[in-house]
Amino acid sequence: MLNTIRLLALTGVLLLAAGPFRPVEAQNLPRPRFENENIYGFVLFDVFEAAPGLEGSPLAWDMFASIGKEYDRFWIKSDGDLSTSQRGGEMEFQALYSRLIAPYWELQAGARFDVAYSSEQTRRRGHLVVGLEGLAPYWFELEPALFISQDGDVSAGLTGSYDLFVTQRLILQPRLDAVAAVQEVETWGVGKGLNSVGLSLRLRYELAREFAPYLGVSWSRLFGRTGDLARAEGEDTRTVGLVFGLRWWH
Amino acid sequence: MKKKLTLETAPLSRRTFLHQAAAFGLLAGIKHLLPAYARPLTGGLTPPVAGSRPPTVYELTIAETGLRFGGRHARATTINGTVPGPLLRFREGEEVVLKVTNRLKEDTSIHWHGLLVPFNMDGVPGVSFPGIRPGETFTYRFALRQSGTYWYHSHSGLQEQTGVYGPIIVDPAGDDPVAYDREHVVVLSDWTFEDPHRVLRKLRKMPGYYNFQRQTLLGLLRGEDLSLRDRLRWGRMRMDATDLADVTGATYTYLMNGLAPEDNWTALFRPGERVRLRFINAGAGSFFDVRIPGLPLTIVQADGQNVQPVTVDEFRIGIAETYDVIVEPREDRAYTIFAESMDRSGYARGTLAPREGLQAPVPEQRRRPARSMADMGMDHGNMQGMDHGNMPGMDHGNMPGMDHGNMPGMDHGNMPGMDHGNMPGMDHEGHGMQMGAMAGLAPPGTLPPAVPHGEDTHGPGNAAVPMMTRSRLHEPGIGLGNDGRRVLVYTDLKSMEPTIDMPPPTREIELHLTGNMERYMWSIDGKAYSEAPEPIRIEKGERVRITFVNDTMMEHPMHLHGMWMMLENGHFPHLPRKHTLIVKPAERLSVLVVPDETGPWVFHCHILYHMDMGMFRVVEVTEPATAEVSQ
Repeated sequence: MLNTIRLLALTGVLLLAAGPFRPVEAQNLPRPRFENENIYGFVLFDVFEAAPGLEGSPLAWDMFASIGKEYDRFWIKSDGDLSTSQRGGEMEFQALYSRLIAPYWELQAGARFDVAYSSEQTRRRGHLVVGLEGLAPYWFELEPALFISQDGDVSAGLTGSYDLFVTQRLILQPRLDAVAAVQEVETWGVGKGLNSVGLSLRLRYELAREFAPYLGVSWSRLFGRTGDLARAEGEDTRTVGLVFGLRWWH
Repeated sequence: MKKKLTLETAPLSRRTFLHQAAAFGLLAGIKHLLPAYARPLTGGLTPPVAGSRPPTVYELTIAETGLRFGGRHARATTINGTVPGPLLRFREGEEVVLKVTNRLKEDTSIHWHGLLVPFNMDGVPGVSFPGIRPGETFTYRFALRQSGTYWYHSHSGLQEQTGVYGPIIVDPAGDDPVAYDREHVVVLSDWTFEDPHRVLRKLRKMPGYYNFQRQTLLGLLRGEDLSLRDRLRWGRMRMDATDLADVTGATYTYLMNGLAPEDNWTALFRPGERVRLRFINAGAGSFFDVRIPGLPLTIVQADGQNVQPVTVDEFRIGIAETYDVIVEPREDRAYTIFAESMDRSGYARGTLAPREGLQAPVPEQRRRPARSMADMGMDHGNMQGMDHGNMPGMDHGNMPGMDHGNMPGMDHGNMPGMDHGNMPGMDHEGHGMQMGAMAGLAPPGTLPPAVPHGEDTHGPGNAAVPMMTRSRLHEPGIGLGNDGRRVLVYTDLKSMEPTIDMPPPTREIELHLTGNMERYMWSIDGKAYSEAPEPIRIEKGERVRITFVNDTMMEHPMHLHGMWMMLENGHFPHLPRKHTLIVKPAERLSVLVVPDETGPWVFHCHILYHMDMGMFRVVEVTEPATAEVSQ
């Protein structure tokens, strides 16, 4: 019996000695935590502007807010314009889950909610969204997305922009917005094929990186059946106007 | 015997002093209460008298203190009330006791950078010890097994950026092989009036936030910087050729011994003296290029270790490195000590003067350089580094231990861009016979061969994959070496004492330094520490070659705790021993380590913000499993 205990004790000592040596003080310490594990938030209003020369003198915005870590984030995106001279406006809100799938690309999926209102009526609809957000070669910011509405209508959108540093603080940003649809949705003024293209050019001055007033020009055109539907409503299919606004983030 | 630092560094307590100063209306004139070595005008250090001393006790108190940098008020985290902290001067062989008291509201720690200490005295919270809680005192106790210039700093959060750092000198037990008449400590650092957490948050949102030296349209029209063709090539890769430093002079004030350039720290000398300057880069995010116009600089120590003297006009000091330099000013005039930040967005400056009130002209800042395709491991036709005729480190005739037969990864048949027909000095005869013998590891000291990057691109956390990585130890680094100045390169470093007993390494660990500059992600092998917390294991006494491969296009000062890294720069048995190494973009660099202390040691990029984003690993040194026990 005594021999067995001795043998067991000896085996125990040997096993302890054989294991990877880790001094007692080092065990059970909480592992150091670094900043990359902390959640951080980001809000950017890329467009936050007024266009007094355009019909209805709209106030327009295009923003996102994100919260999360490096790989997984939750996004809210919104854009729209509100008329200041009459009751009317269109707004889009998206709630997305975003996953970094490549060094420069995030895959995003979630829901989109549209509201369009005028003095006569207010319409709402929902979409499912799958899209990408990232940086293409030559520093183009691209945001392609596919939408399926609650009624099964499919459409696609592309936003692209580029920051051209004229000086260290003066930055020229050309921007493209395009929308295309697979089906016609008359109540929303959507025709089949390419619906609209918007081009704009904004020259901002970064007083601080986070705070940059800008001046710009904005041009847009509605195409095909979408244009026809707009004309039937008495709207212009082409708009050109000066804009001024503020790009800011936090 | 107790040596109270407070007595040495400030004759009055800070509070009393401020009180009296205010009473006499002198407050406006106080720039900074500084330790003796760092005062605006200093005669130099007083080396201790030779001979053994009883164990020395130091008391260090970390607290938040109001200070001024360049005339602007700041809240700093200080050690005994100052930035930098007091000079700790020890003697080799001595056992020291350091009582560190935390007067902050958060945890703190002190790491003795470059000192070989038992792991539980190393001061890394969560790895070596739990950290020092508010109100607590932690007693560090260790014997000094080395001599030279070192430094200490907090390893908690971003405290290093807010002022928790100071110099260490360990005097040799015997005679110092370096002769000098006078010495000064020169602590270089960077200060921001912003909260460093805010700095990091900005970088996470916009990595180029602090870069106000981009290439612009106006610059293109003026013919400055890169051509349109090159700009397009960089654009295609979504890389910024002007990304030289994450945090720049846009927020940094560069300090010399805690003083801003306008405060002009002045070190006295007598003409004809040999003056030893102990340079320490205690910056959180800045590499400095150091020169003293009119004086050649003789490098005698690197990272605290004596090296065979080499005389240069300029040297780059990476974050956390130290260099000891001898200068011999003979003229009765002032000289400017000029430490320009690598991205040229600012500088630290001081003066060497024979008496008070003298100044020398401050040199003009050079233009910010731009990255080249060589930093991406591309464009071999124009690659400076591939010019074999001019490569000092690749002098095959003089390279001891360069046995081509034993070079792993030197697959000559598969090396794209390696034009064998045009390689001068590359003796092709006999290669074929030796190719088959490439099984073992290359002998100690061998420069790593040029190797194409493997298949693994390290995931979304890594944006760049250089086509080819290779040794760049003979290159002075970006923005240096083009203006006729002799610049220190890593192949100039030869240890004073030979390392004779160094059999070939038995194992090679390859670590890729990775990052995604667009998203401010920093990692090793594509993973932040939180994604790869399991340690890298090395047995005590094991001879390991660690090969760093820099996949990013930024320099990373890589620091390994607890053991020396013997830099394989072709000079075996005189390999320099380093605690921190600058790894250049697209560089392949190898070191030998033979750990002799068990325990968890950390290995990380010493750019504070890179470490804080997870460019960090634990290296666990274990007792070797002996044959008897494992049976």
